[in-house]
Amino acid sequence: MTLLELKNVTKHYSPAVAPALADISFSVNEGEFISVIGPSGSGKTTLLRTINRMVELSGGEITFAGVSISRLRKSELRKLRSKIGMIFQHYNLVDRMSVIENVLHGRLGHKSTLAGILGSYTLAEKEQALRIIQMLGLDEYINKRCDQLSGGQKQRVGIARALVQNPKLILCDEPIASLDPSSAKIIMDYLKNISRDLGITLLVSLHQVDIALKYSDRVIGVNRGTIVFDGKPDELTRERVSEIYGFDAGDLMINLGESEGYAS
Amino acid sequence: MQVDVFRKRRNNALIFFGVLALLTAGAIVVTQYDVEKGFTSLGKAFVWGAANLYPDVKSLAKLPDILAKLRDTVLISVAATSAAAVFSLALALAGSRATRIHRSFTLVARGIASFFRNMPLVAWAMVLMLAFSQSSLTGFLALFMGSFGFLTRAFMETIDEVGDSSVEALKATGAAYLHTIFQAVLPSSLPQIVSWLLFMIETNIRDATLVGFLTGTGIGFSFDVYYKAFNYHAASLVVVVTVLTVLIMETVSNTVRRMIL
Amino acid sequence: MMEIDESIEVWGKMGKRDGGNNLRPLIAKPLDRATLAIRLTLFVLAGMTTYTFLTLGSNGVNVAQATAETLSNFATMFLHPYSHHLTVWDAFYEVLITLGLAYLTTVLGGVLALFLGLMAAQNLAPKWLTNIIKSFVAVIRAVPTILWVLIFAVAAGLGSTAAVIGLTFHSVGYLTKAYSESFEDLDRSVIEALRATGANWWQVVFQAVIPSSATYLLSWTFLRFEINFGNAVAMGAAAGAAGIGFDLFMAGGYYFDLHEVGLITYLVLAFAIVMETAATYMKRRLQSGE
Repeated sequence: MTLLELKNVTKHYSPAVAPALADISFSVNEGEFISVIGPSGSGKTTLLRTINRMVELSGGEITFAGVSISRLRKSELRKLRSKIGMIFQHYNLVDRMSVIENVLHGRLGHKSTLAGILGSYTLAEKEQALRIIQMLGLDEYINKRCDQLSGGQKQRVGIARALVQNPKLILCDEPIASLDPSSAKIIMDYLKNISRDLGITLLVSLHQVDIALKYSDRVIGVNRGTIVFDGKPDELTRERVSEIYGFDAGDLMINLGESEGYAS
Repeated sequence: MQVDVFRKRRNNALIFFGVLALLTAGAIVVTQYDVEKGFTSLGKAFVWGAANLYPDVKSLAKLPDILAKLRDTVLISVAATSAAAVFSLALALAGSRATRIHRSFTLVARGIASFFRNMPLVAWAMVLMLAFSQSSLTGFLALFMGSFGFLTRAFMETIDEVGDSSVEALKATGAAYLHTIFQAVLPSSLPQIVSWLLFMIETNIRDATLVGFLTGTGIGFSFDVYYKAFNYHAASLVVVVTVLTVLIMETVSNTVRRMIL
Repeated sequence: MMEIDESIEVWGKMGKRDGGNNLRPLIAKPLDRATLAIRLTLFVLAGMTTYTFLTLGSNGVNVAQATAETLSNFATMFLHPYSHHLTVWDAFYEVLITLGLAYLTTVLGGVLALFLGLMAAQNLAPKWLTNIIKSFVAVIRAVPTILWVLIFAVAAGLGSTAAVIGLTFHSVGYLTKAYSESFEDLDRSVIEALRATGANWWQVVFQAVIPSSATYLLSWTFLRFEINFGNAVAMGAAAGAAGIGFDLFMAGGYYFDLHEVGLITYLVLAFAIVMETAATYMKRRLQSGE
């Protein structure tokens, strides 16, 4: 079942420079774990952000759960965003607030303006947040301020905030780029669990080819704003990788055979 | 090569200090500052100060009066700062990168802040005096205007420093504009904002003396009255009381700052 | 909402941990010290402000009428600036005098503060000395500038000499604090390394401390110059020092000439904004590490 469909999506930040996205089309089925790989500046980040309209499209069309998103009005856009979780490279938490408060921020999309301003949540919402926090192994830190957490813990809070939205899709923008290898593995394992056990669709941008191969059902390779590869991990050959990354592929390919360390 | 670098640096330093000295000489000529008199009167002032500028027993009788004026000055400073802070915060939110409604708001907010901040306090006081005469309102409004400009700029910088990452995250969950402000921007920037508030109150207590001088209110007026009546003992009592107030205020705000930052 | 919850229940049973009802007490949110301090501060300030508004009399002034009058005064002032007593060039020269006052007091204050700042920096001077200097300049700072000027005016007479000394005093207090804090930011190991080579105190200061904090010193000094410009205008008005402040005071408080107040205000604003822009530019360069 198709959850998300992009048709001829383009994005120009300025008419003077080359487009960030040029004629991107692909569709995503419910429950898929998709990695988007490509060199820095290739458009991965822009691509993810067009899906929840954090970045406005210049052309083309995106359909999410049967609804075309590009012409949604303000309140409809809020509703759309509340169904799509997002995880960031730099976690984007409110550092001075506690873990539970940050997780509950995921409910703001469902709240009235006043309730959201006052930060008053229902008992059901709090219980759900607690279950998710527990699931992510953060129960000891519930009332800790987020600036006291390690990077890996912060990213787990970020995941919890996305999960508490009850999303159909989670967009992960370089979720492990700021983490050390062991924290990165923990985060990727959690994402895999979320995809497998909760059936949530994941679209993850990564710059480590080996990790993308290890964890995902499908890999999309982006270069200069266009899709140059879209297929199963085992179809990704050396030649295709060098097509995605250009000339430096040799170094990356060494990792292809050594990715056992990341097994889930 | 090496020698050249050293020579160049020495030449630069020479030019820098040369210009500095030249400008100083120019400034002395323009302002008609009497260097010799400056030095001699500095000594004279200390001799005179030691002989006259201390509160004596008789002047202590004025203390209740002075304290009442001091109370007015402190209250006006706090009220002017707090009231200005409310308006400043609104303008700063409208103008900051992460929270602005439109790009152009930043420039407008900056312009307004700059206008109010750079407008001389004397001009505010003089113009307000014309209509509000010698009332506490004159002092309050004059301080309000200056604080509004300063705080708007300070708050804008604070909010910009907090950055827009958490705002972006909240927007992505479908949160409304006001949610991002109350759940992300304010919680992150409030400690710094409070710190600026306390700083502004300190500054305003000092500036209130000047404004009081011009508008005939508060502790500045007390000093003026005693000073012009050659009652230096009472005038020095005003100085002592003011110094103590500012020092206490500084200590309190440093303590609060340590707790919140 | 239920779908995810159910799946999470399943996940919970898959071996991790059992989510029970004992979670509820955890929801109670403890207030940390910082939040408490912020709330208390804001509460006290709000209370004082309310009290002030309720008690401070308007001295028989009709507020609505006075507000309307003030607005029309502002309109006259800003929309019809014009000069009766001063030519524009006179006014310009008066601003130059004010600038001169600001410059002189900043340079004098800066030189004195440099030495005091070295003696007040904890990584350069013994603790007893830094404590003495720091308390000394704290007291100097606490005395409003106008009081300094008037105190010196008794010995030197009202005029620029008293203004220069008074303004310098306050600048010394301010800059000593700023400089010493800049010195303290310097890495202890740098000083240690130079000390280890056998350099004496003065060599350390001139070869390491001052060069590495020079940009900060300059930026603080420039900021003080900006403040002193404002102060010099005020001293002209309140303490009879020469410069544009005196003309502003005469126009506003003596001739009640709003047109002239407007002209002078525009002139002062223009100079102040140029300086502010320069200061911002300097600060940006400083932050980008050039």
